[in-house]
Amino acid sequence: MARTPERRAQRPVRDARADARHARDAQHPIATVLAEHEAELLTEWLAGQRSTVRRPDLIRDSELNAQAAEFLATLRQAVMTGNVRDVQAPAYDGVRSVLGTLSRARSLQGFTPSETAMFVFSLKGPLYARLRRAVPGGPDQVIDTMAAAGHLLDQLGLYTVEVYQRSREEVIARQQEDMMELSTPVVKLWDGIVALPMIGTLDSARTQVVMETLLQRIVETGAEVAIIDITGVPTVDTLTAQHLLKTVTAARLMGADCIISGIRPQIAQTIVHLGVDLTDVTTKATLADALRLAFTRVGAANGVPLRQTPARA
Amino acid sequence: MPPIRSEVLELRATPDIVHVRQTVRARAAEMGFTLVDQTKLVTAASELARNAITYGGGGRVRIEALEEDTRRGLRLTFEDQGAGIANVEQALTDGYTTGNGLGLGLGGARRLVNEFSIHSRVGEGTRVTITRWM
Ligand SMILES: Nc1ncnc2c1ncn2[C@@H]1O[C@H](COP(=O)(O)OP(=O)(O)OP(=O)(O)O)[C@@H](O)[C@H]1O
Ligand SMILES: [Mg+2]
Repeated sequence: MARTPERRAQRPVRDARADARHARDAQHPIATVLAEHEAELLTEWLAGQRSTVRRPDLIRDSELNAQAAEFLATLRQAVMTGNVRDVQAPAYDGVRSVLGTLSRARSLQGFTPSETAMFVFSLKGPLYARLRRAVPGGPDQVIDTMAAAGHLLDQLGLYTVEVYQRSREEVIARQQEDMMELSTPVVKLWDGIVALPMIGTLDSARTQVVMETLLQRIVETGAEVAIIDITGVPTVDTLTAQHLLKTVTAARLMGADCIISGIRPQIAQTIVHLGVDLTDVTTKATLADALRLAFTRVGAANGVPLRQTPARA
Repeated sequence: MPPIRSEVLELRATPDIVHVRQTVRARAAEMGFTLVDQTKLVTAASELARNAITYGGGGRVRIEALEEDTRRGLRLTFEDQGAGIANVEQALTDGYTTGNGLGLGLGGARRLVNEFSIHSRVGEGTRVTITRWM
């Protein structure tokens, strides 16, 4: 979204136009009703929601009341600018922000998309009733005003569905990312040698689990060398580095040496710029190099393990 | 010159850092940054996003593709409304941390990009802007 609402809203030329429109349309019946009957509207709207779309299992009364009040207040401000058509305009930044937060929250709380949209749609009843009484002039004006109010609330209702949908997609994308981190098995490559091919990101709570699994496997197999292969890790930042260093230290305390392999050139350069000190850690470019070194460490000449030979002097 | 493309991502919790990294990686790759430069920018982004979440209580990042007459680049602006940093010079010092980190994130991010600026006010928040040119 190449949108910079704050900046656009501040452009003087827009302010002037908005002011002019405001002067002309200050009497827009929707604005009048919202300004003069905000409290009554809120009460009627909440009462309506309670009898139809209320989900006491998912949301507390106090939260719902606060959301409704905030929405009405921002909507009033937006409508007062004279714009009752374009909800993408900067005048509606506040309204969209309130609805955005609400829709995201509801998608996580377990509301359905239509229940989420009904938050806005359920305002139609009380608003229409108020408008009918407030609109001056004949039936044509009443119809025009109703149509405008309907259009406005439809747009805002659809906006909640859009945000709802988007945040659902984000959740799914994240779950997929987490799955990547789950699939990191510790494999025993040889007597005395375990390897952990890391795939995906290393900075979530998952990393802790993976590292603990490695340490556990070192104990179970009595491994003397643990190879951590990071070929499948796209980024090594300070937190990743810290996790690696901690694991190396912990493994060492348990009598196993760690070799970190699969450090690609771009990762090596980045680590240097970050200032992370890996001098105490044995590193190898490839898993094969690491394995070769591991064999010499466990005293396995030509790949034949000699378990009786002490691995380290 | 105005950016040719601009987007904003929210930084609320740790999973958002993954999202920021992937988006920055994708934009940098689209623009034709080398693999090394992509990795540098993504890593700097990772550091600043995490700082905004860990110390700034969350915030947002604006990602902008820049195009000037003679050069193109990617600018990232991280903003939070957290506690702010009392002594920026100290925060930039390698090894300085008030958390459990290595204390290398800020200084490292500065070394990984071409332009780095930081504005912070105690009680108001922190804004860090980085740019990497192609
Ligand atoms: N956005 C921020 N808001 C408030 N304080 C910050 C922010 N970013 C950094 N700091 C402060 O600056 C210190 C240094 O930050 P830096 O990123 O260099 O190290 P770190 O986050 O502590 O550890 P690392 O990044 O190496 O994992 C932090 O410990 C914190 O006190
Ligand atoms: Mg940091």
